[in-house]
Amino acid sequence: MKGAKKARPKKSEPKKNRASESRAKPQPNDLHALLRSALTSGRVQIVDLTQTLSPDFPPIVLPPDMGQSRPFRMEEISRYDDRGPAWYWNNVSFGEHTGTHFDAPIHWISGRALPNNSTDTLPVDHFIAPACVIDCSAQARDDADFLLTVALVKAWEKRHGRIPAQAWVLMRTDWSKRTDLVAYQNLDETGQHTPGPDPDCVRFLVKERDVLGFGTETIGTDAGQAAHLSPPYPCHYYMHGAGKYGLQCLCNLDRLPPTGALIVAAPLKILQGSGSPLRVFAIVPARRSPAWIRTAGDGERSGRARSPRRQVHHRATQRGHGRKHDERGL
Amino acid sequence: MPESAARLRRKNPILRTRQPTLPPASRSRVALGLTAAAARGRFALQVCLDCGTVQYPPREICRECLSHRLVWRPQDGRGELVTETILRNAQELFFRERLPWRIGVVRLDAGVNVIAYVHASVGRAPGRVRVEAALDRAGQAALVAVPEKGRPDLADDPKLRELTCDPRGRKILVTDGKTSVGQAIVRALLAADADLVWIGEAEPWKKITGLDVLRDLPRATIVPLDVTDGRSVQELAGEIGGKVDVLINTADHHRTFSIASRRGVETAQQEMDVNYFGLLRLAQAFAPVLKARAADEPANAIAWVNLLSIFALANYPPHGTYSASKAAAFSLSQALRAELRPAGVRVINLFPGPIDDEWDQLEMPPKLSPAALATAVVKAMKGSVEDVYPGDVAQDWVARHLDNPKALEREAGEGAR
Repeated sequence: MKGAKKARPKKSEPKKNRASESRAKPQPNDLHALLRSALTSGRVQIVDLTQTLSPDFPPIVLPPDMGQSRPFRMEEISRYDDRGPAWYWNNVSFGEHTGTHFDAPIHWISGRALPNNSTDTLPVDHFIAPACVIDCSAQARDDADFLLTVALVKAWEKRHGRIPAQAWVLMRTDWSKRTDLVAYQNLDETGQHTPGPDPDCVRFLVKERDVLGFGTETIGTDAGQAAHLSPPYPCHYYMHGAGKYGLQCLCNLDRLPPTGALIVAAPLKILQGSGSPLRVFAIVPARRSPAWIRTAGDGERSGRARSPRRQVHHRATQRGHGRKHDERGL
Repeated sequence: MPESAARLRRKNPILRTRQPTLPPASRSRVALGLTAAAARGRFALQVCLDCGTVQYPPREICRECLSHRLVWRPQDGRGELVTETILRNAQELFFRERLPWRIGVVRLDAGVNVIAYVHASVGRAPGRVRVEAALDRAGQAALVAVPEKGRPDLADDPKLRELTCDPRGRKILVTDGKTSVGQAIVRALLAADADLVWIGEAEPWKKITGLDVLRDLPRATIVPLDVTDGRSVQELAGEIGGKVDVLINTADHHRTFSIASRRGVETAQQEMDVNYFGLLRLAQAFAPVLKARAADEPANAIAWVNLLSIFALANYPPHGTYSASKAAAFSLSQALRAELRPAGVRVINLFPGPIDDEWDQLEMPPKLSPAALATAVVKAMKGSVEDVYPGDVAQDWVARHLDNPKALEREAGEGAR
């Protein structure tokens, strides 16, 4: 947001009066104008990280004698018919942990006594935060029970820099690309087989890096077999015990850079809510070189920019240019 | 079925779909006693408590002594077919469309004469016969003379087949194939020569043993169906609704909680969502097209079967919320019956006692095996009934219920089953 202040005079130069007013007191409209121009020029992109809330989307599976989280359901109130001639709307119902959803600290017993631990009380400035995306897609493809380790996180940091405090760490597994719901759940007689972090990794992220939270593409921030880890469900246990959050059933993580994206994740303000489905999106800086080159107009080049080599190159240089980008854009 | 036979059974798309007609349906209140017994597969007549005279047709006072103390008593139906005729002319549309009819007069050993349909397997009059009560397409009692010995299928007589919902040659939807009962029913239907059985599968990511075996059976098809999801129900109705001759609702959510043994209403809501709202969703999506196809040719929509519970009659407090959801479903099935009756589509309710499955694990025997319940379903369809109480516990409960509902409530409340 600091960047916005600095950038504004340049953008508004022709209108000197307004520019000087803005300098004195930024108007919300100006922020919007900045974002708009950054979006239209391609300097930033919005990436939706949310799965569609649909009755087909599978909820977490627990033994049937336990309390069950309700799947998403919708019942029509009216559809331009005798029940309401000019309008269409639905009643919807779902568990707090349905579809792409947010876990608040109060969700877990370890976080039950923390202040501001529920969806209605958590600090609003946590709704927007940077993201570090750790690509585990290759490992998850080979091993559904893959566990992210401290060593792998440190290797990632070697390439992309230290994970800053109060950042989301998102574990990219490409699990969301499993459109076959049976493969997405991946259950057998021993339970679910989906990737997640190991206990040491979670402790490291919480204690050494002070992250904001941990996000995954699977149903649950923990691995499918995490009930057998020590402690059981370490990501829930340690993250929520330290007031950190969870995001799960995310998608499109493959469209995020390792660093530089801002995550907007604001759960519904449910009284004493333990979490909620929500729209999660990322504000992502352009992957290629600065936008003004692209605005010169070269469709071919934009296409090429998605080639893996270019991405690697860009990711390697991104951190260095990141600050500058921010100042020009947001 | 050979290809040529299958082709013969296909509907000719240029012909109008016939509309259903019904036999005359109005009855006096007292005459409904005959129907009430027939609905349970029994032939009952009024007997005078004062002089013991058996009455027919049903009446208010004894034909012999004028006493009004007449009670319904089951009859063995044995008697003499004294004369018969072939009806070749009829004013009523239902009979007219189906001429000719073989009917006869039976002098029952109990001392009354009745007019009955005569089953094709009965020799020419005169001769010994047994009279059974069946339900006709209007849902009213109809009397049928069958041979005194042996139990011929009503469906063996092409004309009387309409008194049944015989699964032979029918296309049948079983709404939940993931329960042991649902799977047993699918097998029993296929063994009874159903033409095709669609098997509903909810939550495909939860794999259940047995479903894969059914998947490989000829004439069985797994279809996605979750009765808690209105869209899922509507989509399936759109896809196959126009072909379903019989719908058997096996979807059941059973948790074994009393009021005090489970905090909150979440489990009870799930029970209601499957057992009550599930039935409502199915009824709204499938009943209209069943009604529209009630006289379709070559096969027609004919029945709707609900698996309820004997605990729908009186709450069994250890399974208190489940009982309540089944009572709600029972009540709704009565509404469904009223709505389907004008089309001649029969609603059959089964009220089993505890079943030998996971959720009745802690119930003491006797428990009904899923296979026995499936047999009861097929038997009900091959017969001519609306209400079935399969197994010893169900028989005992319904007898106690009819005798003294308050006493049954008290007994059930003390944990006695």
